[in-house]
Amino acid sequence: MSELNLTDVAKTYGNVDVLKNINLDIERGELIVFVGPSGCGKSTLLRMIAGLEKITGGTLEIEGQVMNDVPPAQRGIAMVFQSYALYPHMTVRENMAFALKIAKMPSDEVDAAVDRAARILQLEPFLDRLPKALSGGQRQRVAIGRAIVRDPKVYLFDEPLSNLDAALRVATRIEIARLKEAMPDSTMVYVTHDQVEAMTLATRIVVLANKGIAQVGTPLELYETPDNEFVAQFIGSPAMNLLPGVITQTGERTVVKLDGGGTAVTSIPTDAADERKQVNIGVRPEDFHPVESNPIMEGIVDFTEALGEVTLLYFAAKDGEDATIAKLPGVQKNMRGQTVAVSADPGKVHLFHQGLSMRK
Amino acid sequence: MRFWFRRVNWPRNKGPTMPGFLKEFFNRNGIGMGAAILGLVLFWTIGLIILPQLSMLDFSFRPNLPPPEIGGPKDVYTLENYKYLIYGPEGGSQSYNAVDLRVFFRTLLAAVCVTVFNLILCYPIAYYLGQSKGNHIRIFAIMLIIPYWINEILRAFALRIIFGETGVLNTLFVGLGIWDTPFDFIRNDIALYAGLGYAYILLMIFPMYNVIESLDKNQIEAARDLGAPWWRIHWRVVIPYAKPGISSGCTMVFMLSAGALAAPQILGGPSSLWFTQLIYQQFNDNNDWPQGAAYAIVLLVTCILFVLAMMRLFKVNMGDIGK
Ligand SMILES: Nc1ncnc2c1ncn2[C@@H]1O[C@H](COP(=O)(O)OP(=O)(O)OP(=O)(O)O)[C@@H](O)[C@H]1O
Ligand SMILES: [Mg+2]
Repeated sequence: MSELNLTDVAKTYGNVDVLKNINLDIERGELIVFVGPSGCGKSTLLRMIAGLEKITGGTLEIEGQVMNDVPPAQRGIAMVFQSYALYPHMTVRENMAFALKIAKMPSDEVDAAVDRAARILQLEPFLDRLPKALSGGQRQRVAIGRAIVRDPKVYLFDEPLSNLDAALRVATRIEIARLKEAMPDSTMVYVTHDQVEAMTLATRIVVLANKGIAQVGTPLELYETPDNEFVAQFIGSPAMNLLPGVITQTGERTVVKLDGGGTAVTSIPTDAADERKQVNIGVRPEDFHPVESNPIMEGIVDFTEALGEVTLLYFAAKDGEDATIAKLPGVQKNMRGQTVAVSADPGKVHLFHQGLSMRK
Repeated sequence: MRFWFRRVNWPRNKGPTMPGFLKEFFNRNGIGMGAAILGLVLFWTIGLIILPQLSMLDFSFRPNLPPPEIGGPKDVYTLENYKYLIYGPEGGSQSYNAVDLRVFFRTLLAAVCVTVFNLILCYPIAYYLGQSKGNHIRIFAIMLIIPYWINEILRAFALRIIFGETGVLNTLFVGLGIWDTPFDFIRNDIALYAGLGYAYILLMIFPMYNVIESLDKNQIEAARDLGAPWWRIHWRVVIPYAKPGISSGCTMVFMLSAGALAAPQILGGPSSLWFTQLIYQQFNDNNDWPQGAAYAIVLLVTCILFVLAMMRLFKVNMGDIGK
């Protein structure tokens, strides 16, 4: 059953469109992650679901009921804010009990709910402390606890980990994944900037760009079969290389003569009508491997980054051209200034025409 | 006013050597400049504030003597001036100084009313200013500040034009047929409360605005998300957060209203004296400085004690007030 349903949802501020034509179905138990460049409207969309921002077009349904004009507290959602938004003058227990007290739940039930959430989140020792006496990670857990006690249908997270340092972020990310496993029936919508968070947590990722949805899919679908150049370059780090060229041979396999001189073969089939079309091929840095002959791309390495497990080579055919990036396994010494020739398996070469994937 | 409240952290266990902060102060400013600055500050605090107050305190415990007898055998410390406020003149008809005591407590009560009235009026304004963004806020603030360029007396008399018997309000309401006869705003002290309230609006708004401006908007949104109705958001989230600003605004308005002179003089009804007017009379009309000083000190000490009691009641720390 579809838990959350957005139909043609739009948002305008005055006469500025921020989002339009958002169509999205979220199933019960999914963890949906919104990603996209800064300012693309991720928070706005989340806040519209939460009821904190007015929906200026389309309909939002939760469990089949239209929620456009229902106040936040009655939507069956709970939001976790990036800044935690804990109340500084209330103890952890009071913070977590706030919503239940407002809902006039009997106090023994309130205590039971808070204790249960505190146990799940390992907050029991801190219940009588004020938020200022907690670390960032603990505060984050209290903020999550404040949502859990309400037992909502849908959890909404707006960049919940971005105020934590790197190590804590990984630990808390794993905790959130565990939490999700422990609550298989609750639906979560999660906004993040962090690719790793998106790839590891999401059942499906929604990429937002240009006021709309660029693609929705499982993390691997987005990685392996991006619908367009934007998603291709947005997912994965470093970004996918795009190289311009012309289709010279169509059929089961397509051959592209690249403007840089190389030739690429891709397993994406094309029709005769596609011949001589201007295209971009896309190759992820990690899919390049060095070859002796018939390279896709040849150039002089002008910069390297050794990350230990891999080495990134930045190379260009000519000076001043945008660098192409290859990610080679292991440590590659003394590559700077050398000429490299790289190629990729036909199955790993993407093909885009006018920004859109030619994969059928 | 604030200097009472500033906490002084005197360095401890430093022995006879120069305290560290002084050394650093001299290192930074040089001996000459440092000494000059220090001298001026000391002159300001000791010469212009502490000593005159101390001499007032001294006055209040002395009898009112003609100049030749000052320093003479009759010039001894006495509690007479304080007793006078409570018991009135010796051999008077009443056992208590009912008139002055009534004025005293009425003044305190009225100052509390002005403070509460101001708080109720200013909180929504401060909240609005603190939570909305944009240029109109600056214009709003300027509109609040500019009236204070006009001097106090002019402002008070301007209010008389509004509230007077043939003033704007009465002309309007009588003209509209809402009232038959002009309403005496002045005799009923409404003009006085309005004048005092108006005089201290800024002192109430700005401390609250300062605090509310720093409130994370997400806290309000989280409260909405958690199901709190608007009044509860204010009661449980905004007001507790704004407590330091509210208390510092209330303290200032209370102290200044209780100690105001011009507004009561100009806007008060003929029958209603403000305690400061009594003090003024003692100093000026009766030429009884010791008595005036005693009255002033009673007012000062009572106000401070009252504020401290209120702070304890509402669990506000001294440190919060300085925010
Ligand atoms: N009150 C507002 N009035 C006008 N425009 C607004 C308002 N709030 C947000 N916007 C615009 O809406 C767009 C989307 O904002 P939003 O905060 O949703 O972005 P985001 O994707 O969450 O960005 P980030 O990744 O930086 O958090 C932005 O371009 C922003 O300028
Ligand atoms: Mg955002």
